[in-house]
Amino acid sequence: MNMLKKQLMPKWFYQMASPKWCYKITGQLLPIFGCAALGLLLLGTVWALLFAPPDYQQGNSFRIIYIHVPSAILAQSIYITMALAGAVGIIWKMKIADMVAYACAPIGASMAFVALITGAIWGKPTWGSWWVWDARLTSMLILLFLYFGVMALYAAMGKPSKAARATAILSLVGLVNIPIIKYSVEWWNTLHQPATFTLTEKPAMPVEMWLPLLVMLIGFYCFFATSMMLRLRTEILSREKRTAWVKELVTKSSVR
Amino acid sequence: MTPKRKNRLMLVLFVIFGGVTAVGLGLYALDKGVGISIFYSPQQIAAGEAPTDKRIRAGGMVQKGSVKRDQSSLKVEFVLTDYKQNLNVIYEGILPDLFREGQGIVAQGQLDSEGVFRAVEVLAKHDEKYMPPEVAEALEKAGVDASGEQLESNANYQLEVSQ
Repeated sequence: MNMLKKQLMPKWFYQMASPKWCYKITGQLLPIFGCAALGLLLLGTVWALLFAPPDYQQGNSFRIIYIHVPSAILAQSIYITMALAGAVGIIWKMKIADMVAYACAPIGASMAFVALITGAIWGKPTWGSWWVWDARLTSMLILLFLYFGVMALYAAMGKPSKAARATAILSLVGLVNIPIIKYSVEWWNTLHQPATFTLTEKPAMPVEMWLPLLVMLIGFYCFFATSMMLRLRTEILSREKRTAWVKELVTKSSVR
Repeated sequence: MTPKRKNRLMLVLFVIFGGVTAVGLGLYALDKGVGISIFYSPQQIAAGEAPTDKRIRAGGMVQKGSVKRDQSSLKVEFVLTDYKQNLNVIYEGILPDLFREGQGIVAQGQLDSEGVFRAVEVLAKHDEKYMPPEVAEALEKAGVDASGEQLESNANYQLEVSQ
């Protein structure tokens, strides 16, 4: 049994369970992702706004996809991360996983919010309407409310371990919304167009248009990694404040 | 994996699959009942699937050469098509910028007794294809659309030439 347990997950998975080790490794990763995010987002924004060609029908208003598409993809990826971390927290009773899920929720909510707002701003000139109750837009709004629900439930529960369990179950139930968002444009008639950007197919736009989009997308992922690790590290310190290593860390840095 | 963890894994899987089943059945019922799709296609309307006693949305392509504008008012008439069935639409009001022949639109309104769709709102539906103006121009000259298929009008023209 013990042998099997050891082989099930890679070594780093069990090391991650130690808040001290996790704090150390995220401290090393943080500057890498932070610089990558800053560089890629700057490069992507300048490229998208100044050098990418305008669309033959929408003109310059199409450039909003460089924010809209990455934030919509991120909102869904972060939700999956949050739900998986919640599941790991339930199954392995891993405190770090609970903290990751907790750190993800507000970032994902803001991404969903940005996707909805940019979509509305885009929708007015292209469709002629700020909002329609089509399947894609509605399921995306539900995703935002799921994030709000997770955050509210966490805030309403007193004990962190109890709150983590309850929010993990809520986010796992809400996981069903992700394939609905993805396939809503294929299952039903929607005003929203099908996916612009998929990993499996050739994008329906020329290289000089989708390359800046790819740069922005990777930049958004790095931004998420950076902000999530920042929140995670704060959370580790506040929850582990009674342990010897945190006390040592705090006293050492205050001397300097 | 310890038995305890296995139990908790089962709980997690149960929660996910329970949620998927419940929501899936709910959506299926909703789609069969009131319909989740935001619009009916001309084919569905021709087959009588759309209710005639209430306001609905109809979606499709604006047929090329079918747009007739009234000179003295904002009234506009056009044919909505899905290349299988056609639907005559009458609308009075401001059209979105992206409204043009050969483009997709979604119109909200009601069918009258003669089967004409009286629209009160017209929204433009654009596709996921983006291209720079120069590319679009070059493609038009070559007589193909963005996916490389022959354009209808040019195809007809070529047919006439070959005859």
